[in-house]
Amino acid sequence: MQRSWRHRFHLPAVIGTIPMILVAVGVFVIGIGFSLLWSFTSSKLFPSYDFVGLAQYRRLWADNRWLVSVNNIWFFGLMSIACNMVFGYLLAVFMDQRIRQEDLFRSIFLYPFAMSLIVTGLVWQWVLDPNLGLQAAMRNLGWSSFSFAPLVDANTAIYALVVAGIWQGSGVTMAILLAGLRGVDEEIWKAARVDGIPTWRTHVSIVAPMMKGAFATAFVLQCVGVVRVYDLVIAMTGGGPGIATSMPAVYVIQLITVRQNVGQGMAAATMMLVPVLVVLAFSGLVLWRRKRRQEAAT
Amino acid sequence: MTAAQLTAQELTDRAGLVPFGPKPRRTSAGRIGIYAFLIVASLFFLIPVYIMIVTSLKGMPEIRLGHLFNFPVEPTFQPWADAWLHACTGRDCNGLSPGFYNSVKITVPSVAISIICASINGYALTFWPYKGANLLFGLLVFGAFVPYQVVIYPLIIGLSSVGLFATLPGIIIVHTIFGMPILTLLFRNFYAALPVELFKAARVDGAGFWRIFFSIMLPMSVPITVVAVILQVTGIWNDFLFGIVFAGRSNWPMTVQLNNIVNTTTGVREYNVNMAATILTAAVPLIIYFVSGRWFVRGIAAGAVKG
Repeated sequence: MQRSWRHRFHLPAVIGTIPMILVAVGVFVIGIGFSLLWSFTSSKLFPSYDFVGLAQYRRLWADNRWLVSVNNIWFFGLMSIACNMVFGYLLAVFMDQRIRQEDLFRSIFLYPFAMSLIVTGLVWQWVLDPNLGLQAAMRNLGWSSFSFAPLVDANTAIYALVVAGIWQGSGVTMAILLAGLRGVDEEIWKAARVDGIPTWRTHVSIVAPMMKGAFATAFVLQCVGVVRVYDLVIAMTGGGPGIATSMPAVYVIQLITVRQNVGQGMAAATMMLVPVLVVLAFSGLVLWRRKRRQEAAT
Repeated sequence: MTAAQLTAQELTDRAGLVPFGPKPRRTSAGRIGIYAFLIVASLFFLIPVYIMIVTSLKGMPEIRLGHLFNFPVEPTFQPWADAWLHACTGRDCNGLSPGFYNSVKITVPSVAISIICASINGYALTFWPYKGANLLFGLLVFGAFVPYQVVIYPLIIGLSSVGLFATLPGIIIVHTIFGMPILTLLFRNFYAALPVELFKAARVDGAGFWRIFFSIMLPMSVPITVVAVILQVTGIWNDFLFGIVFAGRSNWPMTVQLNNIVNTTTGVREYNVNMAATILTAAVPLIIYFVSGRWFVRGIAAGAVKG
């Protein structure tokens, strides 16, 4: 990759990328730096520079609402990613059986992804509304003891969020995994059939491991979706009943707007950043090792 | 950065592969099972929207009867008109239409500015990398993974110090900022795949930074620009968080207005009006989705490749 013009200073190139410089440095370095700084202060509505050490972090981890939020995001994240992957893979496998009307099915599975999470949240709020939705409809059909109202029960509301998440996201997982499936060589299927390996076994042991790239793509997309779960929660439950479906993203926004406690809000935001940094560092390490191994091999 | 090894192009190409081989003639139990599964899954995806459409065409007395799945006995478009013109948020009863125009005012300039910035970034990073450019790009990609909550408050303070908080230019700047990482990556990958000779030849002929960009690169960027436009229009139209935080009350986009109309606690809940309002809010991205078809999938895949 030796290019003669590389690393020569070209003023127009710098001028053209001024927006990028401002965003990369101004927002993602200085901005995060200030968030971190304010998390060590006693800032209320406006930022202050009265440093209080780790007091905000101690108060944060003593706050029941935050503990519930952290529990929720792990539960919601693991549940929805696992369900999305399984359901998406099943859909992809069934779509791959040379079916008719493939485009029609694809459109049906994918269209919820085009809509706002606010819309998804409202739609499911109504479907699960005890006086209007499924429960009322079933009782009207004569099944008077039918009881299904997950949103009004603090123990089950989060499952309703997971269902809405699957409705919105599994079509995309399907599309990505289907592309991966189509990329697997037809010969492998033939060879497995000749060897008498059952179809499900071929899927689990041979094809799925070959689709690492597609799974990684789908997984990253799911993780980004989990972090952005703010809109869905606001539209569907508002974090309720009580604080049962509060999430870190909701918690931070509440602290800096309604509860006017910026210091603690920034401490919570910093805690949100930690898992992201860990994952990025880990994947960076994996890539670096792989690169070194490749260099050693050649 | 290369955790996802499939490029957007490959993904759509493969997704678009036509099934080959002879059509199976027998309808065995297995085939019936396949279609049964797919149809049940389709129902899961379709029923919520079916409920919304039929309910939005019913009057309130009919809704109270509770026949959720029935067709409307006396179809009426009044709820749709109400949702557009008269639905209330608190004391304001102007319906969704102001939100729609706000969303247009936010989306159009945000999409245009963010794509212009990103294409110049991608072009400069590929052909004119100056010292430190790759570090900047690394920071930008890192920004794609940062939870919004970490930078929202510094942005509020920054924008209000220059008087742009809760204004239309403010929200446009915010959308440009958060669209930049993924769009820059998109354009960079696109330009990096172009033959370098093209650029070298133009350099030999004496063309400079802007001349090469406008005369050569821009005309070739049509396909990637289409993907970027789809990605940005749907993304910005569907945004809720930035709209409610940065746009200010008078510029609230449609998603925020919708949530306010529906989740307002005062008065009787008019389910038919609420559902009509929801369908109206979803209409723009849905139209884009059904018109653009494969391009939309490519946009999603491009969004995922940032991994």
